[in-house]
Amino acid sequence: MTTAVEQAPAIPRASTGRPSWLAGLTLGRALTHLALLVLVLIWTLPTAGLLISSLRDKDQLAVSGWWTALTTSETQGVTRIGTAEAQVEEGGRYFIRGNVFGTDTNKTVTAFGLSNAAPGAEPAGGSVEMTDGGAITVQADGAFEWASDAPFAHTRGPRIFYVSAIAPRFTIDNYIEVLTASGVGRSFINSFTVTIPATIIPILIAAFAAYALAWMRFPFRGLIVALVVGLLVVPLQMSLIPLLSLYNDIAKLFGATDGKTYLGVWLAHTAFGLPLAIYLLRNYMAGLPREIMESARIDGASHFKIFTTMVLPLSFPALASFSIFQFLWVWNDLLVAMVFLGAQQDKLVLTGKLVSLLGSRGNNWEILTAGAFVTIVVPLIVFFALQRYFVRGLLAGSVK
Amino acid sequence: MSHLKLTDVSKDYGHVQVLKHINLDIVSGEFMVFVGPSGSGKSTLLRTIAGLETITGGTLEIDGEVVNHRAPSKRGIAMVFQSYALYPHMNVFDNMAYALKIANESKDEIKRKVEAAAETLQLSKYLKRLPGQLSGGQRQRVAIGRAIVRDPKVFLFDEPLSNLDAALRVATRLQIAKLHQEMSKSTMIYVTHDQVEAMTLADRICVLRDGMLEQVGTPMELYENPQSLFVAGFIGSPKMNFFNGAIAGKYGAETLGVRPEHLEISDREGSWSGKVIHQENLGSDNFIYIDMGGEEPVVVRADGASHYTTGAPISIAPMANKTYRFDKAGKPIKG
Repeated sequence: MTTAVEQAPAIPRASTGRPSWLAGLTLGRALTHLALLVLVLIWTLPTAGLLISSLRDKDQLAVSGWWTALTTSETQGVTRIGTAEAQVEEGGRYFIRGNVFGTDTNKTVTAFGLSNAAPGAEPAGGSVEMTDGGAITVQADGAFEWASDAPFAHTRGPRIFYVSAIAPRFTIDNYIEVLTASGVGRSFINSFTVTIPATIIPILIAAFAAYALAWMRFPFRGLIVALVVGLLVVPLQMSLIPLLSLYNDIAKLFGATDGKTYLGVWLAHTAFGLPLAIYLLRNYMAGLPREIMESARIDGASHFKIFTTMVLPLSFPALASFSIFQFLWVWNDLLVAMVFLGAQQDKLVLTGKLVSLLGSRGNNWEILTAGAFVTIVVPLIVFFALQRYFVRGLLAGSVK
Repeated sequence: MSHLKLTDVSKDYGHVQVLKHINLDIVSGEFMVFVGPSGSGKSTLLRTIAGLETITGGTLEIDGEVVNHRAPSKRGIAMVFQSYALYPHMNVFDNMAYALKIANESKDEIKRKVEAAAETLQLSKYLKRLPGQLSGGQRQRVAIGRAIVRDPKVFLFDEPLSNLDAALRVATRLQIAKLHQEMSKSTMIYVTHDQVEAMTLADRICVLRDGMLEQVGTPMELYENPQSLFVAGFIGSPKMNFFNGAIAGKYGAETLGVRPEHLEISDREGSWSGKVIHQENLGSDNFIYIDMGGEEPVVVRADGASHYTTGAPISIAPMANKTYRFDKAGKPIKG
C-alpha cells in the first residue's frame, strides 16, 4: 500500500531583505508578546521578591528592599573603646586593642571618625589623633589599635564612629526558624491533612457522577445537570452556618463530643467543590467521541469497564485541571477551615497560622516572608507537576 | 451460521419515524450492502442490528433467536466505524486485544489471535504504536483488525472508507473483498452512500429511501431491472438520464429513462437533437453533456477517442430495448 510520491522541486523564496527572525513579526504579534511579557513580570516579580526576601539575613531584610540583595549595603555604627584598665604595655608603649564589631564578622569597615557629625572622616587603615593622647588605627576587618607613648589614664572610653559595609548574605535560617520554632511546620502538616483528602474525595465522587450524567440514560438526567449548574452559584457564606449547625447536630447524634474534626472539613470542602467538579468533568466527558463508547460496548465492556478503561484515562486533562483548582482553593481557604476546624493550635491550618503570625510577630519580616513562601510553594509544585497534562491532542488518532 | 432476519422492524424517535416496517433476510455468509442518500436510515438500520439503537417495532432474529433486547456484545457482531473509533490511549495491540481481555481469554490466546489478525492486515510492525502515530489507512486496518480478532458471526461496516483518500479507498476496498472471501462463513453488512463500493463489493444490495426499503437484489438485478425511478437514478454512474413530456409520451410512459452508455450519437429517424455544453474525457470514455432543454443536461457516453466541440448541435438516439419506462408513481411499466 505504498505510493511513490515525486518530490516537488523546492520553490525559491523571494528575498524580502529583512533578517529571517523578523520576517514573521507584525504589530499584532509584537503587542501580544508585549502583553505576555507584562503578565509574566506581574506574576513573577512579587514571587521572586518574596523568595529573595525570605532567604536574606534578617538584619539586612529589616533595612533594605529585596532588590538590593546582591549589592553591599552600608550602615553606620558606633562603638565605645575600653578604658585605661584595658591597656597593655609593649616595649615602653601602651596599647588598647579590640574590634569594633565584637564577634560579628560579615561586615567590613570602610571609614571611621571620632564624631557623630563625621563618621567617615578617615578611611580604614588610617590613624587619627585622639584627644586623650596617642592615635587610633582601625583596620578594614574592624580591628583597632590605640597606641600611645604615655600610659592611658581615662576612665570613660571614647566612642569611635564608623561606616561599615555588609556583604550580601543568604541563609535558610528563616525557614528553619519558621518551620520549627513558630509552629508553622505543624500547620503545614495540618494543611496537607485537610487538603489532600479534600481534593481526592470530590474527584472520586464527581468522576462517577459526571460519567453517569454524560453517558448513561436515565430519567430526569437533564434536570439533575441543571440542578448542579444551579448549585454553582450558591455563595459559600450563605450555606456555611446552616451547614455547620446541621453537621454539629449529626455529630451529636452519633455521640461525638467534639464536632470540629478533619472529617468535618473534608466533607465541607467536598460539598462545596462538587458542583464545579461535576459540571467541569461532565462537560469534558460529554465531549469524548461517542464512537469510542459504542465500540467499547460492542467489545463487551460494561459501563464500569468503559468508565475505568476509556473515560478515566481520556479525561486526565479535566481531572488534572480540577485537581489544581480544588487543591489551590482548599489550600488557600481560611473561612471553611476556621468554621469547621476552629482555631485550636493543634489543628490550625497554614492560612490560619499566617494570620496569627501577622498579629503576634508582625514586625518580624523574615518570619512572614518565609512563612508566606512556604505557603505558596506547595501550590506551585502541584501546578508544575500537573501542568503537562494540560496538553491537547490526547485524543489524537481516535477519530479521523 | 449467521442468518439475520428482520421482520417489520421500525424505529422512531418520538414522532419522527426513521425506519418504517423493514422486512429483510440476510443469509449466512452474504455480503449485504445498504445504500441510500444521507438521511435514508441506512446507518440507523445498521445500528439497530448492532444493538446500539433500540428497536421500537418488529423483531430482529439472528440464527432464529430474537435478539431485540440483547446487549450488543452478546449478539456475536463486530462493527467498524466510519471514524475508526480507535482507543487513543492504547497501542495497536491493546486496541485489538480489548474485547478479548474483557472476554477473559488467556494471555497466550489473545497474543496468538491478535498477531494472526495483524499478520493478515500487514500491521505486525505497528503493534506497539499508538493510533495517533498511524496513517489513515493503517488506522482503518486496525479498526478492521479489532473486528476480526473477535471472530464474529456478523461484521458491520459503517461507511468505513469515507475518510480515506481515493487511492487508499480502492486498496482498502480490495482488502475488504479479500477478507470476505477468506471468512466466507461470516455475514457482512456494509453501509455506504458510494454506489461504486456497493456495486463492487456486494452480493446483494439493499437500497433505502426515507426509512423504507426500495429494492433488494444483486448489483446486476438493480442495474438491469430497477423497480423504481429512485433505484434507477441511484444505481449506475453517471446516473441515468430521465426524459419527460413528449419524448416519454412517444414510448407510452410518464418518464423515460436511458443510461448514458445506452445512448448513441446518430441522426437516424426519431433521434433527439441538442447542443453540446461540456465534455469530460476520461481517456477510455468521453462523457458528453448535452442541453436538450430539460432541467438537467443529458449525459452520453462516447468513445474516448472522440471529440465534440462545445456549442455544436448533436443528435442522439437510444439503443433498442435499452430504455426504462416508468409510470406516474415511478414504478416500471412492464413489457
